[in-house]
Amino acid sequence: MPISSQNELQTRRSAAEKSFRSARRRVMICAGTGCVANGALEVYDELLKAITDAGLPVIVELNSHDDKKKPKAHDYLAKSGCHGFCQIGPLLHIMPDDILYCRVKTRDVAEIVAETLTKGAVIEKLLYKDPNSKERRKGRADIPFYAGQTRIALKRCGEIDPESLNAYLADGGFAALEKALFEMTPEKVVKEVEDSGIRGRGGAGFPAGRKWRTCIEAAGDVRYVICNGDEGDPGAFMDRSIMEGDPYAVLEGLMLTAYAVGAKQGYIYVRHEYPLAVQRLTKAIAVLHTEGLLGKNILGSGFDFDIQINRGGGAFVCGESTALMRSIEGKVGEPRAKYVRSVVRGLFDKPTVLNNVETLVCIPGIVKDGGKTFKKIGTKNSSGTKAFSLVGKVKNTGLVEVPMGTSLRKIIFELGGGIIKDRPFKAVQTGGPSGGCLPSSKLDLAVDFDSLTAAGSMMGSGGMIVMDDRTCMVDVARYFIEFLVGESCGKCNPCREGLKQMLAILTRICKGNGVPEDIARIERLCDTLENASLCALGKSAANPVRSTLQYFKDEYEAHINEKRCPGGVCRELIRFDITDKCIGCTACAKQCPTAAITGERKKLHVIDQEKCIRCGSCVTACPSDAIDIT
Amino acid sequence: MEDFRIDDIIEHYPKAEPSLVMLLQDIQERFNYLPRPTLVTVSKALNIPLARVYGVATFYKAFSLKPRGRIIIKVCKGTACHVRGAQQVQDEVTRLLSIGPGETTPDMKYTLEVVNCLGACAMAPVVIVAGKVYGEVSPSQMKKILEIK
Repeated sequence: MPISSQNELQTRRSAAEKSFRSARRRVMICAGTGCVANGALEVYDELLKAITDAGLPVIVELNSHDDKKKPKAHDYLAKSGCHGFCQIGPLLHIMPDDILYCRVKTRDVAEIVAETLTKGAVIEKLLYKDPNSKERRKGRADIPFYAGQTRIALKRCGEIDPESLNAYLADGGFAALEKALFEMTPEKVVKEVEDSGIRGRGGAGFPAGRKWRTCIEAAGDVRYVICNGDEGDPGAFMDRSIMEGDPYAVLEGLMLTAYAVGAKQGYIYVRHEYPLAVQRLTKAIAVLHTEGLLGKNILGSGFDFDIQINRGGGAFVCGESTALMRSIEGKVGEPRAKYVRSVVRGLFDKPTVLNNVETLVCIPGIVKDGGKTFKKIGTKNSSGTKAFSLVGKVKNTGLVEVPMGTSLRKIIFELGGGIIKDRPFKAVQTGGPSGGCLPSSKLDLAVDFDSLTAAGSMMGSGGMIVMDDRTCMVDVARYFIEFLVGESCGKCNPCREGLKQMLAILTRICKGNGVPEDIARIERLCDTLENASLCALGKSAANPVRSTLQYFKDEYEAHINEKRCPGGVCRELIRFDITDKCIGCTACAKQCPTAAITGERKKLHVIDQEKCIRCGSCVTACPSDAIDIT
Repeated sequence: MEDFRIDDIIEHYPKAEPSLVMLLQDIQERFNYLPRPTLVTVSKALNIPLARVYGVATFYKAFSLKPRGRIIIKVCKGTACHVRGAQQVQDEVTRLLSIGPGETTPDMKYTLEVVNCLGACAMAPVVIVAGKVYGEVSPSQMKKILEIK
């Protein structure tokens, strides 16, 4: 039976809430991309079987209807979206006890059922081990990675079954839509979003409310809304996690946007590299259709709305609004010059609001609790929280969400636990290929849209890649330019040709063939790109080079003048040698793909320089830091 | 002669240009690449010049006009993977199979693809072999992952 009125929605929600509350324990196993890769689905199957075999009452889906009887005691077992701490997956979170089990394997299942689910005992060896103190930590409240977060966008990720509408309803799902449709005019919804001060989380940080307002004021009857799920920045995956972990909230956000600006058709554009996100969103849309929450006359309010999913084709430039719209139109995804903004003339030449996944997922909360509540969090000009993907050479890697204005130091050293093997911190890269690298002198920077831009980087979609002293900054700049050469659509000359030249020069420097004039040449190319490119991809393409030149010029000079790579990365300029710290454990010899390392157990090993391909496998394998890179 | 009929795929979509990218995605899913005869069929069905279909098919990285190997190796080159040694992993695959990015072994067994970011950055470096995700890989593990004797 479809839900056809406000009343029916409320009845359905309270049934789901009751079913949720009556569970003695909620056992959530992470079924995000990372944990699935490590065998989470097998663990779930095994767990369900073991619980059933043990005769414990268990439900795997919440009730849609309240049978008015007093519910019997039972556990609730479900697959959730990404918990964010993918590094130690598969993760199993048990509530309300707040027990977090890490790296759970099928062989651990019997013990979990016998000890934890039957007796309520905690299994020490499955708990998270703090990389610094080596102590075991029981639950999220004791783990700095989680305890230091404020979750709004990621609120339900890892907390609910993303494939279950009942689970979303039980957590207050569609309450914002209900409020908007029955208590608020579209104008009032726009006002709340304006009051919240929320800025677009996709990169540039344009105020969402202002964007909506411009769309409403644009001429024409037909309007479109688009959710940008083409998360292209390498090193960022919060949008993937949100789409996989809380798809209904993304859809509700898009529905509210449509109601506010008067659109009847919406689109979600998802990267084709995210098959699980596509699958979960497709299923959620189908469920909403069956349940009457999408289509004609939603909840009897007179509001009509439908959503279509478009998969991307693997083009980074399609994250740019005008290119994305062309892609939905079935065309080559080339951006156009924005004399007229896409919010005025966008998809099929109609006024179009395009917002990023993380922005949209915040909208239901803003509508429900009011824009002013949201604005209380964060900094003056960047309200709310921001999700970052904290990755690279940091101990705790994963997704973290913190209030705007949190310092880089807190994110990297408190939540992230510091640098792997306690090596020195060198830089943190934010903003993807349009961003930059910030050195240790910027660690106390309070992160928000404006502070990052002022420091020579940018927010971007929230990738935060931590680099240690064994990262070469020239190589990082070369990496981004190589990425952009592949992704430049080729429409405008400065980007297409300028980037190629830049790559040739940077490659030459990395190979030890650079000349002193190269630095000036690169700077000139940066100027041209910034001033003459057609779209943001080209205009910001110089940022990775500019910021590394600004903060790490000495590394460029070392490559050019001394033919030396201080980070020990550029293969033509380095060699590996084993020092007398070697304990003769043979770990490196076992890892060496070319068998270049010889030596007896408990004796000093030697690298054959002829055979060595400088892949660095031995450095990673060595437990005693005995391999010297010069 | 291989059967390149795609009527059942075309049936799913409105006969207009916005269906093009999605159609090509479904075709590639079936054949593992975009065979030329199917592009001709699409061009006729949607009434779009073949040149335009070709333009779209070559613009998006996800599409291949050449048959690909039975096992597709995707090496992630996102930033997190890069700083944790993805290049070395890619080089090792090239060393083992003598194929570069975008190339297929002569026996049509393996195709090596380099992708920008798989969004599994916390497990960097990441490779996907025949649909299975491997995290925190080192060059030396590739031989085993690829099951090369």
